[in-house]
This record gives sequence, C-alpha cells and structure tokens, in this order.
Amino acid sequence: MNLIAKYLPNVANSIPDFIQATWETLYMTILTAIVGGLIGLIVGVLLVVTGPDGIAQNKPFYNILDKVVNLFRSIPFIVLLAVIAPFTRIVVGTAIGTTAAIVPLIIAVIPFYARQIQNALLDVDYGIVEAAAAMGSSKFGIIFRVYLKEGLSQIIRSSVLTLISLIGLTAMAGTVGGGGLGNLAVMIGYERFQNDVTFVSLILILILVFIIQIVGDILAKATDHENFN
Amino acid sequence: MPQISLKNINITFKQKDKVLEAVKNVSLDIQKGDIYGIVGYSGAGKSTLVRVINRLQVPTKGQVIVENQNVNQLKGRKLRDLRHKVGFIFQHFNLMNSRTIAENVYYPMFNTETKNRKARVQKLIRLVGLQGKENAYPAQLSGGQKQRVAIARALANNPSILVSDEATSALDPKTTQEILQLLKKINQELGVTIVLITHEMDVVKTLCNKVAVMNAGQVVEKNNILNIFSNPKNELTKDFINTTNNSTNAIETLSQQTKFQELSKTNRLFQLTYLGESAEHPFIIDLYNRFGISASIIYGNIEFIQGTPLGNLIITIDGQLNRIEEIKQYLADNQISLNEIDFSKIK
Ligand SMILES: Nc1ncnc2c1ncn2[C@@H]1O[C@H](COP(=O)(O)OP(=O)(O)OP(=O)(O)O)[C@@H](O)[C@H]1O
Ligand SMILES: [Mg+2]
Repeated sequence: MNLIAKYLPNVANSIPDFIQATWETLYMTILTAIVGGLIGLIVGVLLVVTGPDGIAQNKPFYNILDKVVNLFRSIPFIVLLAVIAPFTRIVVGTAIGTTAAIVPLIIAVIPFYARQIQNALLDVDYGIVEAAAAMGSSKFGIIFRVYLKEGLSQIIRSSVLTLISLIGLTAMAGTVGGGGLGNLAVMIGYERFQNDVTFVSLILILILVFIIQIVGDILAKATDHENFN
Repeated sequence: MPQISLKNINITFKQKDKVLEAVKNVSLDIQKGDIYGIVGYSGAGKSTLVRVINRLQVPTKGQVIVENQNVNQLKGRKLRDLRHKVGFIFQHFNLMNSRTIAENVYYPMFNTETKNRKARVQKLIRLVGLQGKENAYPAQLSGGQKQRVAIARALANNPSILVSDEATSALDPKTTQEILQLLKKINQELGVTIVLITHEMDVVKTLCNKVAVMNAGQVVEKNNILNIFSNPKNELTKDFINTTNNSTNAIETLSQQTKFQELSKTNRLFQLTYLGESAEHPFIIDLYNRFGISASIIYGNIEFIQGTPLGNLIITIDGQLNRIEEIKQYLADNQISLNEIDFSKIK
C-alpha cells in the first residue's frame, strides 16, 4: 500500500473508481458478447447457408444480408454511437450510461462477428458438408453437427479476436457515459494529467486482453483435431 | 426390375457465359448384387453421374429410379431414408476432422433406427481392420486407413447400395488390393450392390461383373465384363483394356528390336483374343491345315476373369493373306477375334 501511495499517488486515491471501471468494462463486454455474439453467429451461419454453394441457397436474401453487414461494418463506431442514440433511447429508456452503451456495442459487434463466423465456416471443407448430406443429415443437422462442430476451433479464434476488438470499442463508450477502464484512462488520467491512472488503466486492459487470448488459445487448441503439433 | 435405373440422364452446368454438358443422355440399369464398374478418363463425368443416385445432384433431364422410387421427386424424410440406404465412399474421403474414428463411423446412424449402434461401430471398425484406432482422429491416419474409415462409415446403416468413387486411387498397390478384396467380401457376404468408379481397368477386372465406359459425358460402351474384355467395340475401351493386358507394352518393346522390324517387312502382325473353351481349340494347326498359313506366337498373356480364361496373343502370319477375311470369319465362328496391328500406329 505504501509503495502504491508513493509511486502511484492518484491511483491510491481512486481504487474504488478502478473497481467500478473494471466492472463496467466487464459488464459491457460480457453482455455485448452474449447478445451480439449470438446474433452475429446466426447472421454468419445465414450468410454461409444462403450464400454461393450454401446448403440453402437464396440469392436475394444473401445479397441483402451481405450488403447490410457491409454497410454496418463501414460505419465508424464513434459515428454509430451518435446515430443510434434515438434507437437506444427507445430500447433502454435512456441514451446515457453503461447499459445504454451496450446497444451501439451490440450493433457494432454483430456484423464484425458475423463476417468472422462466415469466414470460419467457409473454411469447412465442402466435401464434408456433402458427405453429411449423403449420410442423411438434414439442413439443421448439417449446421449444428457439421459446420459448427468442424469449424469450432476457428470459431473460438474468431471469438477471441472479436472480444479483443470489443474491449477496444468499450473504451469509446465512455463518450456516452458508458464508463469503463478506457473512460477512466482518458477522462481522469489524460484530462487531469494523472499519468499513473492512465498507466494502470492500460495495464488492467492489457491483463484482460491477455487472459482472453490465453484462454482462447487453450480452447482453440483443444478443439483443433486437424493440426497436431 | 433393376435396383438402380438411370434413364436418359443429362446434366449441364451453367457457368458465366458457357454451358458445360457434363453428362449426355446416359442410361444404365444396375441389378441387385452387381458390382458395376464405371471407367473413363478424368473429367468424363463419372462422379457427376453417380451423384444422381442419392440426389446429391439433380439431373437437368432424365429419370432416376432407385428401388422403385423416383429419386428426383424425393424430399425431406423420404430423401433422407434413401440416403441412409445408399452408402457413399467419396474420392477425397471427406471424413469429419473434429470427430474420432468411432464418432465418424457412428455419424450416419444418428437419428436412424439402426439397432445396437455402439456395438455396430465396433463391428464395422473390426471389419475394415482398424481396431485400436477408435479414438484416433482422421488427421492421425494414413490415406489407406482413412479410406477404410470411409468404407466403414458408408456401411453403417446396412446400405443396400454402395457407391465407391475412386476408393483406391490414392493408395499403393498392396493397400488397393486389400480394399478391393474388402469390397468384394461386402458384396458377396452382405449382398450389397456396388457402383464402382475408377480409371483403372485392373480394378474393374478384379472386381466388377459389368462395366460402362464413359467419355466426354457419354457412355460409349457397356457390357458384362467377359464380353467387354474379349470383344471390346469402342476404341477407348480397347485402349483401357490394353493398359491391363500388357499388349501395348509388349508391342512397343518388340517394335524396338531390329529382328522384329525386319520380320514386319514381310509378315503381318495380329492380335488374337480368345475366351473360355476356345482356349482348347488348336487353332494354329487349324490355320495351317485349312488355309496353308503358318502363324507363330511372339507374345502371349492369359488371365482369368471371373474364373474364365482370357487369352491375348500377338502372332505373325506369313502365307496367303488374300484369304484374311475368310480366316477372320473362321476364327470368329470359334469365338476367337483377330485384329491386325497397325505398325504406323506404334512409336
Ligand atoms: N459443380 C460443378 N460445376 C461446374 N462444372 C462441374 C461441376 N461438377 C463437375 N463439373 C464438370 O463436369 C465435368 C465432369 O466432372 P466429373 O467430376 O464428373 O468427372 P470425373 O469423371 O469424375 O473425373 P475424375 O476422374 O477426375 O474424378 C468436368 O468437366 C467438371 O469440370
Ligand atoms: Mg470424379
């Protein structure tokens, strides 16, 4: 405690703020990951099955979905925050605060994750999909027992990537009062010249990223039965 | 009633600006218990054709009848039931990398009424000789072992039809023989009809009772195996057959010898093919007695196809060749076919 007080004076004074900010970051990340991840996964699967060579090809549907995903992918998050505000107000009753920040986060994560999922699933050898059909699997069977299973390792890698970018996005959510570690680093550390606060916020964010990366790598390896080494 | 009946099948693929006719007006009847070979060079349309059997490919035109069902009209549950009855061994194995060998073999039985599924997995793994590998993943197996898994998997639901698309093309000769014997055993012991795609006539010879030869989307010749080997009609069929009886090699080797080149100036060279009982016919003596010509054998090869001897001789003839048509007719009456070998074609 003495050491912290000596070298990181402002941090020592704002420990509750750090706990609060860490919690806010986790809250935004986890809730967005669950909702956005689920919807993104569904969109990604739809892109694959309705797309070219898909098991339920539907050109018009695919083209529209593909365009929509591209459109949302190209909106800068900071602009999305502003544009989406009226919609957020309808959904959560307010456009300010941590929960309000989750709405634009989800909307940003869906197209990003959907593309990642699409790429992961397109990596599944089409021959295997055809073999499953030849063995009598239904379309749902092929999605759950072939695509999601064969692509699992790659899906986990994509999820890690998405989670890490998501933590990056939560930092910007501070501008709508979302709070979090990023906000702490900028609003208090940077604006009030408390460099030690910025530094410790950064370290906490890095630790978070690091944990996600390590756990993700372990899971991805454990589910990868194609490359043994 | 044939078990599989393909009627006037046409399959066209539309690519950007051109249309590719992969299969043109093919009709085939495959009976229960047949091991029906389909041979042809790469790109002939073999894989595309057999994929209509379980509706992996819907023909552009034509009818597919499998066990009295109109396959093109099958949907949903009915289609899946048919697919459970047709085992498919794919050219590139197509095993699921995320599942163990046992799980791969189990896969087609999911959602079926097949009895004692767990025990059946063990039985099938033993049948293909992979005991001990149950918990390995496909990436840990050799090509031949993967092919065995593919065979076990294709047999999971006691199929009545097995389609094998180049099941042995990636294997060494010894493993190829083992796999072929395994297929033969499956056919004989379980009565499974096999449709076997290959580009090796040797495979056809060891296994099939009937064969269709495909070229550029068309079936150019189809017949039972003895007729095809003893009396091929199409040039392509002859090419395929000659790759297996070594005649091509023999002629090439002979044509490089000077002694032979001299002989070929005065004598003419014939390929003589005979089948079964005609093997006992003393035709060399006959030719001398009847036509006053002396024939000598410069190369000979006899093999057994489904227990029937098939002879392939290369002979030279000197003497009265003005009567050659008469000689041919005489031999043909004794089920022996005589074809002149054209020297200009060699080299
Ligand atoms: N889905 C497809 N779209 C377009 N063209 C196709 C498709 N499938 C096959 N073809 C074409 O149809 C022709 C026949 O192909 P197919 O795979 O049936 O040949 P094959 O006889 O099985 O050859 P191989 O011995 O090399 O396996 C080829 O020219 C191929 O390029
Ligand atoms: Mg093929």
